Amino acid sequence: MIRIANGQGFWGDWLEAPVRLIEGGPIDYLALDYLAEITMSILQKQKQADPRLGYARDFPPLIGRVARQLRDRGVRVIANAGGVNPVACAEEVKRLAPALKVAVVLGDDFYDRIDEFLARGWEMRNMDNGAPLSMIRKRILSANAYIGAFPLVEALATGADIVVAGRCTDTALALAPMIHRFGWKPDDWNLLAAGTIAGHIVECGAQCTGGNCIADWQTIPDFANIGYPIIEAEPDGTFVITKHRGTGGRVSQDTVKEQLLYELGDPESYITPDCVADFTSIRLSDDGPDRVRVSGVHGRPRPELLKASISYEHGWKAAGSIVYSWPDAVAKARCADRIIRERLAQLGLRFDEIHSDLLGLNACHGPAAPRVQDPPEVQLRIAVRGEDRSSVERFTREIAPLVLAGPPTATGFGEGRPPVREVVAYWPALLPREAIQTRVEVFE
Amino acid sequence: MKIPLSRIAHARSGDKGDTANVGVIAYDQRHYPILVREVTPERVKRHLGDYVKGKVVRYELPNLGALNFLLYEALGGGGTISLRIDAQGKTYGAALLGMEIDVDERDLAG
Repeated sequence: MIRIANGQGFWGDWLEAPVRLIEGGPIDYLALDYLAEITMSILQKQKQADPRLGYARDFPPLIGRVARQLRDRGVRVIANAGGVNPVACAEEVKRLAPALKVAVVLGDDFYDRIDEFLARGWEMRNMDNGAPLSMIRKRILSANAYIGAFPLVEALATGADIVVAGRCTDTALALAPMIHRFGWKPDDWNLLAAGTIAGHIVECGAQCTGGNCIADWQTIPDFANIGYPIIEAEPDGTFVITKHRGTGGRVSQDTVKEQLLYELGDPESYITPDCVADFTSIRLSDDGPDRVRVSGVHGRPRPELLKASISYEHGWKAAGSIVYSWPDAVAKARCADRIIRERLAQLGLRFDEIHSDLLGLNACHGPAAPRVQDPPEVQLRIAVRGEDRSSVERFTREIAPLVLAGPPTATGFGEGRPPVREVVAYWPALLPREAIQTRVEVFE
Repeated sequence: MKIPLSRIAHARSGDKGDTANVGVIAYDQRHYPILVREVTPERVKRHLGDYVKGKVVRYELPNLGALNFLLYEALGGGGTISLRIDAQGKTYGAALLGMEIDVDERDLAG
């Protein structure tokens, strides 16, 4: 049996979680997931501004902080912290933790090869609407292929303490140590699917240990000290989801089921570069306090194509807000919304979309929100998006004047003019496997 | 009698582009057939009104006592493009749990 923990569900997750996993009890591997689809484009911009950046900057200091414990306890780390600059990330880790051996997985990033790929006839059409990539060619910010667990296994085989990858799948981070330790083969579809499902359960950190859990949330203990998830994996593909003793949160069939359903598409076909996992084959059973056993997983052969994650510039946006108090807060906020829209129109500003929400009334659930009579206050949040930056810029100056020149009891504008943000859109596409060759580089 | 879906089920929701997913899970596995009977794609679409511009597709996971719904064109463009406060559909599970379903005592006894 090996223990694989996940200490980071996204870049920005709790900084103490990985440290507590290392210090709070036995684990063998620590997986850290830093990359969301949008993160790659942010990192690409940072790298363009400074060639030494482009990776998850929280990661090297974390490794520096825990380097000694990793060595003492024999814990190995697998992270997709490399972003679009895994080598720079590894060099920074080496600088802060010189005693550790670092392996880097390269080859997922094809930003510099886009034109070569297009010339070879790999069109990378948008999976949602079929549009060809050439349509947005000039606006592309980043381009990566999702790679699976096997390149990470190759990195583990070097004996590295730290494996740094770029855009590998989230599930691969947990699956790789199982393949490495149990000797699973590339066509052990049931085993690979089991490890993939284990990875899916833990990839969002505490979201399977009681975090963001609707089931009996008021009774979930000690959120402040919530335990992040640990997989106890067996060579036969069965595993237990648990957490360190004495930590907060909860592991139950309810908390695990919620995470299993998270961001799920067709449950019979959860597609990764390693296999296709069937979520309708999963069997759950209780295995003591804060322990859920998972078994019965079926898998099918991996897909022929790899998924690409491409991001591109898509204009600008801004969102500003203003609060109106009782009485008639809703009517006041709607009046303010009309005033702002009329002024935007008078100015002749160009937007692709203007969207208004009334927070405190129905912003989250829209038509499904319960009816509220005359709430004590509501927040008007008005947002615009468009290709013309100066229009968006001007919009940000049209909210504050309402405080003195619109309906009464306006407040909550203390944070000033809202910032203009660049919109980065995501372009899902497919690539033949032959397009991507990964390799491992070791930093002794 | 009419009860809110939240009486017998919990949920989690997320996003994939402009598609939201909502997993609805029976607290008691014996209530799964009620979910299958009552929480149809048509009723889900009606409950969420114009928040869902596209189709609603339902998948069944009897092994988990759960249904998975894909709500197409449901996030105002999705991801970074959407101007909505809940651009990732994080709260859609809770929204769906507010839906009323029809059950009788026999149903609830399982």
